[in-house]
Parts: sequence; structure tokens; C-alpha cells
Amino acid sequence: MIDVDKIRLDFPILNREVNGKPLVYFDNAATSQTPQQVIDVIVDYYSNYNANIHRGVHTLSQEATDAYEAARKKIQEHFNAAKPYEIIFTSGTTHGINLIATGFTSFLKKGDEVIVSALEHHSNIVPWQMLCERTGAVLKVIPMNEDGELVMSVYDELLSDKTKLVFTNHISNALGTINPIETIIEKAHAVGAAVLIDGAQACPHVKPDVQALDVDFYVASAHKMCGPTGMGVLYGKEEWLEKLPPYQGGGEMIDEVTFEKTTYAGLPHKFEAGTPNICGGIAFGAAIDYMNNIGFDAIAAYENELLSYATEKLLEIDGLKIYGTSTEKTSVISFNIEGIHPYDIGTIVDKLGIAVRTGHHCAQPIMDYFKIPGTVRASFSFYNTKAEIDALVDAVKKAKMMLG
Amino acid sequence: MSIQEIQEEIMDEFSMFDDWMQRYEYMIELGKSLPLIEEEFKTEENTIKGCQSKVWVHAELKEDKLVFTADSDAIITKGIVAILIRSFSNQKPQDIIDADTDFIDEIGLKEHLSPTRANGLVSMIKQLKLYAIAYQAQLN
Repeated sequence: MIDVDKIRLDFPILNREVNGKPLVYFDNAATSQTPQQVIDVIVDYYSNYNANIHRGVHTLSQEATDAYEAARKKIQEHFNAAKPYEIIFTSGTTHGINLIATGFTSFLKKGDEVIVSALEHHSNIVPWQMLCERTGAVLKVIPMNEDGELVMSVYDELLSDKTKLVFTNHISNALGTINPIETIIEKAHAVGAAVLIDGAQACPHVKPDVQALDVDFYVASAHKMCGPTGMGVLYGKEEWLEKLPPYQGGGEMIDEVTFEKTTYAGLPHKFEAGTPNICGGIAFGAAIDYMNNIGFDAIAAYENELLSYATEKLLEIDGLKIYGTSTEKTSVISFNIEGIHPYDIGTIVDKLGIAVRTGHHCAQPIMDYFKIPGTVRASFSFYNTKAEIDALVDAVKKAKMMLG
Repeated sequence: MSIQEIQEEIMDEFSMFDDWMQRYEYMIELGKSLPLIEEEFKTEENTIKGCQSKVWVHAELKEDKLVFTADSDAIITKGIVAILIRSFSNQKPQDIIDADTDFIDEIGLKEHLSPTRANGLVSMIKQLKLYAIAYQAQLN
């Protein structure tokens, strides 16, 4: 059970006002807010043991290294990775995807095929298009239906021995659809293809078990999970990470350097060139602790309750249409009101203190499918309340009155 | 009227309102009086980039003055374009180039100048001025 009043006390930002109204923060799918417990860790790091890691023999460096590696271990346990060095720290989901897409350049040849889903964020489309340009591989797309679900029968037809890679998100950022990744992974493996799952939208709501999923790569961002921006994680199976070439060259990632030849460090350092986001890694660990203390089952149950409540209340508004109506979805509602531009609604509700996202949500192919310029997206987190949803519904009604 | 005088007139009108809702409602009203761009000019090259909503602007030189027409698919954006065009249309290109747009701030629409708004007010101003620069070059 979630004690939302108690949880809200952990988030100092929820006390502020916007445009003279109490802030209602419904842009959680873009970034989550940060609890005091994580803020404290960031302040503690810079106040007490800020130092560069892995090389220094002095005490501060050792303390920082220990904390950073303890965070890696925590993240390993959270995702149930087999080894700590299968956890690569990145600057975020986009970085993780680019690392793999670049690494696969030497593995693909002309005529190979890679499969993407129609529900992707641009960050899980563009790096693969660039990979295809470099290698001559062909990009195939699993289409979606009116409910915003992937058409799995077409996926079956797309798979062949030419398929080398499949990448899809775990949960869609624009519509909230939970994709059947277990089936996607199993079927890809049956034809010998590797799978990357973009977990950026899933990790705030569920706790993925990478071994049970048998996924090859899983990527996520800390800032959507109550952690800091500029921090993320790439899980990769050891055998793949060993095979892949380094992404960036620099310090930290080397074994020996001469001008004739450089040998690379082992995992995970091979992929972590340069001074990393040390504080970010440690704070990411603290964010994961925070969420686990609340519990992902409790989070999911409560967010589902918010989703049902908001869906029901919003649909009472005349002319309101929700995009993404799968029965398998998380607490994201993308909607429009007939005859009104989403941008106009977003502008008016912001004046009423409510933060929603408007636009194409970096998923233009989805908007093209529905033939709309964009949507208004309200995304709920475990620290939101039904009273806040009521405020959103009132604000949307007011916007409709002004704009209709 | 000069650009300066029109902007003062707009500021006067907006000073009658004491809350944001009235200001927005008035802006929406102004959007309805926007001189609309001909359908044939709603082309890719007349589209202003950097807007979440679609904005088209067309410029035409009539004698020595620039006349703007425009449209948008979002009505708040349409109101903003209408305000800008009211102050810039039927003016000499050089005067448009020299004009400042501080009045936007004065009428309480400052938030639309922020780059995160992505409604492209900044891009709109830039585009109108680019038209003026291009036509000024023709006049020289």
C-alpha cells in the first residue's frame, strides 16, 4: 500500500507553486522528480568525498570508488544481471542505444535486416537508421494497431535468418503500451537475432529481470526513476559485451597504451572512457534503493488506480479522445480534444499550475499513424494523487471552454 | 501609424485586463482578425520552423511597404502571430528590421519568449525580420 501523503513529504519540489497555483506535476514520463533521500546523497558526495575514481590511492578516491562500485552492484541486483560488469554506466538511454548501434557496425553486412517497432521514441530509431546507412542493412518495422499495440503476426513474418537485431521499447513513451517483450525476445532468438530493449519508460513502473527475460541488451535512464539526469545504465550479456568493440576511447578504458598499440581494459571499463558521472552513479543507486523501499508492486498497483481514475474522469469530457487504449498499459494518458490543438490545451493548463507534455513526444511515426500533430500527455507517478487528477480534469474543461 | 505607436496601442488594450485568462481570451480574439494567408501559400517554405503548432507566414511588398499574411493550426499561436503581424504589417522593411519586440513582455506574454515553449515566437520574429531584410535588399 502506498501512503501518498507520507511519500509526498519526500519530494520538496511538490511544495512549490506555478503561476500562483500549487504545482501538479504530470510530466513524469519525461522526467521524474527527486526525493530528498537522493538529493541528500548528491549533497553528501560533493560535501564529503568528491574525488576521481579507480586510480587515486588517497582516501577520498577510495571512498568515491567504493560508493560508485557499490551503486553498480545495487543496479546489478535490481536488474538481476548475472555479473556486476554486465552493468555499464552511461549518460542515459540514448547513450546506451548509440553504444550498441555503433558497436554492431562491424557485425552487419549489406542485406542483413534489423527490426524496430512502430512505437519507438526517435532515440530508438535514428541510431539504427544510421547503423543501416553505414552497413547497408535494411530496417523493417513491426506496425501497430488502433489501440497502440504491436501487430505480432507481422513480426512473425518479418523474422528470418537475415534478421540480426531486434529493438523495441518495453513500454511506449507516447502511449504507455506495455509491449510483449518476452515473446519478442524468444522469437528473435529463435532466428539467431540479438535483442535490445529500451526500458526508459518501463523502469519507473516495473522491475525487469534481465536473466529471466534472456534479453541481450537492456537500457534505461536514472532521471525517470527518481535519480539524476545525465545518468543511465546499459545491461549487456557478458558474451556480447566481450565481442563488441569499445565505443569511445580515452582514459579509464585502457589496459596499456603505446603509440604503436593500445590494449583495452576489461569489462565494464572498456565502455566507460573518461571520468564518469560519479555522483550520478551513486545517486542512481540511492534512487533505486528509494523505489525498492516503496516496492514496485505497490507502485504499480497505485499507479494503475490513478490511471483508471484519470481515464474515467477525462473520458467524461465531451470530444476527448485517448490515444493508446491497450489493456496492457502504464500510467500514461495521451489525449486530444476534437478541434483543439494540443499545444493550446498544454498552454492553458500550464497557466493553471499543471505540467503536462504536448507535442509529438519524439515519436513522430506514431502521430503520423493517427494523423494528428501531437497529443497532450499526462503521465502519473506514485507521488501523484486523485485530487491532482481532479485539478487536471477541471483545467482541461476550462481550456476547452476558452478554446472551443 | 508607426510600429512603435501600434505596439503602444496593443499595450494599452492589454492593460485593461488584470488576469491571465482575460489576456489569453483577448489574444484568441485577436487571432480571429489575423489577415489569413492564401491556401496556395501554405507551403513548406512558408512554414516557420521551431513551432509545436504549424505556422505559415507570407510576405508581399506593396509599394515600399511589407504586407504579411499568416495562419496557424493552434489558436493561441494564431493570436500571437496576429499581434506580431499587426505591429509589423504595412511597414517599411527598414523599420521592421529596426523594431524591437519588448512589448511582448509588457503585455504579459513573456513566457512565450522562452526557448522551451517551442511555439516559436522567437522564430516568428526572426522570420518576419528575415523577410524584411530580403525585401530591403531588393529596394536598395
